[in-house]
Amino acid sequence: MKYMIALLVMGLLTNNFVLSKFYGICSFLGVSKKLNTAVGMSAAVIVVMLMSTAVTYPINNLLMQNDLEYLQTVVFILVIAALVQLVEFILKKFMPPLYNALGIYLPLITTNCAVLGVVILNVDNGYTFWQSMVNSLGAGLGFMLAMVLFAGVRKKMEDCDVPEFLQGLPITLIAASLVSLSFLGFAGIVEGMGLM
Amino acid sequence: MAEKKSLGKEFTKGLIKENPVLRLVLGTCPTLAVTTSVTNAIGMGVAATIVLVCSNIAISALRKIIPSKVRIPAYIVVIAAFVTVVQMLVKAFVPALDTALGAFLPLIVVNCIILGRAEAFASKNPVLYSAVDGLGMGVGFTAALCLMGTVREILGAGTFLAGIQDLLVLFGDNVLGGWNGFDFTSGLDKIGLSSITFFILPAGGFFVYGILMAVANKLAAGRGKPKAELTGCAHCPMAHSCTIALEGKDGCDGSAKEAAV
Repeated sequence: MKYMIALLVMGLLTNNFVLSKFYGICSFLGVSKKLNTAVGMSAAVIVVMLMSTAVTYPINNLLMQNDLEYLQTVVFILVIAALVQLVEFILKKFMPPLYNALGIYLPLITTNCAVLGVVILNVDNGYTFWQSMVNSLGAGLGFMLAMVLFAGVRKKMEDCDVPEFLQGLPITLIAASLVSLSFLGFAGIVEGMGLM
Repeated sequence: MAEKKSLGKEFTKGLIKENPVLRLVLGTCPTLAVTTSVTNAIGMGVAATIVLVCSNIAISALRKIIPSKVRIPAYIVVIAAFVTVVQMLVKAFVPALDTALGAFLPLIVVNCIILGRAEAFASKNPVLYSAVDGLGMGVGFTAALCLMGTVREILGAGTFLAGIQDLLVLFGDNVLGGWNGFDFTSGLDKIGLSSITFFILPAGGFFVYGILMAVANKLAAGRGKPKAELTGCAHCPMAHSCTIALEGKDGCDGSAKEAAV
């Protein structure tokens, strides 16, 4: 149980998936302009992360039993792509309101390296099924936390008088650097709480 | 791209004019993650270049066979196959690089540069042009990674090309007399200075990328080119298969599609 909490805290704060591990930077920079889109995107990412972890875990076991580990990358990305399509169809058909809120982010998630990244990390670290699920949840929540925080920072930044040569993407990256620096403050929290 | 272009132009455009990292803002994840040292940057750049050239050739050769409705999944399978090949080669011949890059080696599959070039170039152009385009983009990507790696490694770790033997192992033992990069740390110690750890931290990655982007924008502005931006669907490799972009709605980042195109 302690280990589960440690995994969650690590994904969320100390080893934040976006700000210290650099997974999903494209969507972090691209979709964090407004708070509502940031929340929608990260909710979709959390759902897809959890689903693909649940699906790839047994598939990976199957691959391992048959000595087909080298197919992991191909199989994982196909499973994620198929899953994303499936979720999009289902939401469109049966849950139009939810589709309107989350569905538009789904096509982007196939190529979001955060999803494939968390699946590969779960396998590389040899987590059990529930550890993988908790790790994915922590990573997804960490993604959401970073997105929401950064959307707030960017909102404030709109009113700032930014020097001309830094306007646009450069100042966004430097702001991301400061947000990332602030997450350094959480270093050691897992050890400090006696979780590891 | 209807007009005939010279092969030389296809190659050089990836280096500066359409540099994937600094102008098109693609492949940001590996750019930030692996540039703590120049050695890793070179390794990542070369691995991605090999995948890029091979997948461009394969996709260009298959461009008349792949039905356009399923082309994105088809591209992803082709790319994933080449990534697996490269991954196995790296594991076998440069094991230290495999450890250093970690999950970012298999993650070349979802590198926007590769899918983006497949969609924007290889699916419309003949094999030779696609191969050269891939090579140019790959070299541009590697050059940008090395530039970032140089700044971060020298300022952050006080070394340059440290651990280069890990890569040179490909060409045999003790290449260059076992030379393993420059180390400025002892020299810095003598004058009472030390390296600035900030630059090899994740935060330093964002910072250096931001500054390099500002410099690139400034140079581009001098030639009357627009700034590098990451808004709208124009830069998104998924734009051609994405329901939002196709239906002409606002982009997923909330910006209107028209503004970006």
